[in-house]
Amino acid sequence: MSNIQPEVVTTDRIVNERKETHFHQFWKEFRKKKPALISLFFILFLILIMIIGPSVVPYDPAKPDYNRVLESPTLEHFFGTDEFGRDILSRLAVGARLTLSVSISAVLLGAVFGTILGLVSGFFGKLLDRSIMRVCDVLFAFPDLILAIGIVAILGPGLRNVIIAVSFFSIPSFARIVRSATLETKEMLFVEATRSIGASNRRIIWKHIFPETVPTIIVYFTMKVGTAILAAASLSFLGLGAEPSSPDWGAMLSKSRDYIDSSFHLVFFPGLIIFLTVLAFNLLGDGLRDVLDPKTKD
Amino acid sequence: MWQYILKRVLGLIPLLLVVSFVIFMFIHLIPGDAARLIAGKKATLEEVQAIRENLGLDKPLIEQYLLYLKDLLSGNLGYSIQSGAPVSKLIGERIMPTLGLTFMSIGWALVVGILLGVISAVFRNKWPDHLGMLTAVSGISLPNFWVGLVLIQLFSVQLGLLPTGGAEGWKSYLMPSFALGAGIMAMIARFMRSSLVNTMKQEYIRTGRAKGLGGNAIVFGHALKNSLIPVVTIAGLQFGFLLGGSVVVETVFSFPGLGRLLIDSIQMRDYPVVQAEILLFSLQFILVNLLVDIVYSFLNPKIRYQ
Repeated sequence: MSNIQPEVVTTDRIVNERKETHFHQFWKEFRKKKPALISLFFILFLILIMIIGPSVVPYDPAKPDYNRVLESPTLEHFFGTDEFGRDILSRLAVGARLTLSVSISAVLLGAVFGTILGLVSGFFGKLLDRSIMRVCDVLFAFPDLILAIGIVAILGPGLRNVIIAVSFFSIPSFARIVRSATLETKEMLFVEATRSIGASNRRIIWKHIFPETVPTIIVYFTMKVGTAILAAASLSFLGLGAEPSSPDWGAMLSKSRDYIDSSFHLVFFPGLIIFLTVLAFNLLGDGLRDVLDPKTKD
Repeated sequence: MWQYILKRVLGLIPLLLVVSFVIFMFIHLIPGDAARLIAGKKATLEEVQAIRENLGLDKPLIEQYLLYLKDLLSGNLGYSIQSGAPVSKLIGERIMPTLGLTFMSIGWALVVGILLGVISAVFRNKWPDHLGMLTAVSGISLPNFWVGLVLIQLFSVQLGLLPTGGAEGWKSYLMPSFALGAGIMAMIARFMRSSLVNTMKQEYIRTGRAKGLGGNAIVFGHALKNSLIPVVTIAGLQFGFLLGGSVVVETVFSFPGLGRLLIDSIQMRDYPVVQAEILLFSLQFILVNLLVDIVYSFLNPKIRYQ
């Protein structure tokens, strides 16, 4: 018995080392993609702001200061102040938590359900596959934002319903992408080998097919977050999303419209930060695709 | 060819039935009593009952759906709760401005997108390519309502050249169609580039080069035509993006189109109008996709026989 123990440890180590080299390989390639690398750091910075933002902002984002209403950018207020004299930079920093968590959780929900549907559909095929794909067709028959607006019209405005609406239109696209990746993997020799030694369907799907689809999912996920931020901001802008008084980026833009003549900084900065964030997710997605999923590259 | 078109059109019938059912269910999915919600908090019981009967909500579900289908086929889209006017009339008033805006947007997006994509592909991995693709990825990442607001600030507030809103004269279409088309232009440019790069790798291009054709002759004489095929598909698929975007852009510019009507109706809880609009948007989307498939099969006969 005593000589079994070390052997297990060794295998573990080998597996770990292999994983490490995978990551190193990935990193070596990814490092060369400068736009994607810069985007990654920008996104990490935003995530840091999401976590520590509320405790490091220079001004209370909710407290009005009627002596400093609608001030243009100054050294004290880099991005100026809004109609209640609140610091716009602080509001944007605190709002990052709202905007990003809404978009990321919506895509996460869409990815989880879409992936499960795609795996099941691709693996089992036949009637199950056809039914799932028909349901996707119906969801695809509605333009994304129109579907989201329709769902919010039914459920009522609010961030929770925005998450539901945005995840709803992400599901079918994840399902399709994972399904085609599954179909491809299913035909590979190692899957047949696993089946021939008697592995259960569940085991084949989760241990063998799912890991093969992960790179595709990661790439697609990153790109979809950008889309989701735009969709959530659009809904908030239309008055169907976040509370108008909350520091959500889309909601801030929506209110700023009334001051476009006199205080353009109210419009400019929230839009700029939405643009830069979406751009970062798109550039990161492009870079990840080139490294992880090279066959889809031009 | 005709056989293929017929097959595709007939294939749409089940989808149309399901979509119409989903949209029909729209009013029933509203949590709580839809009639009470529509009537408002101050409404009397009689008023709520009148709305319920008006909408046919007191009948069995399946009967309601069949009635809904019958009405749809005879062109009756119901009546607005706010104004009592037929929904088809409300939509009829708004459809031309939106169509004009949509076509202007997709028009400039196609021209500029294809041009940008071709330039990027021809100068692949050189600075015009990097610049072109940076423009494209920025275009995809821009919030269209922000683009609209920045344009208003620049051309209306600062320069006083263009009207901030409305749909009177061609000038009032310029900024909305720019804001609406930017994202599509960017996507077309990306697809045009990768499609052309792909085509340039094909055998017949090498043959062309071997027989001594110069770079431009190959790009414009042979490669461009073939690489336009996937771009047509993408342009069609992006149509849905355009429909969604029109809602936002029309709100920014107070543009009297369908998108604005949708948002106004949602805010006033005018559900019959909302319902009809969503139906119209998805119908347009389905039809454009059908059209794209047919054009695609026309350009690429292989598809027809699969």
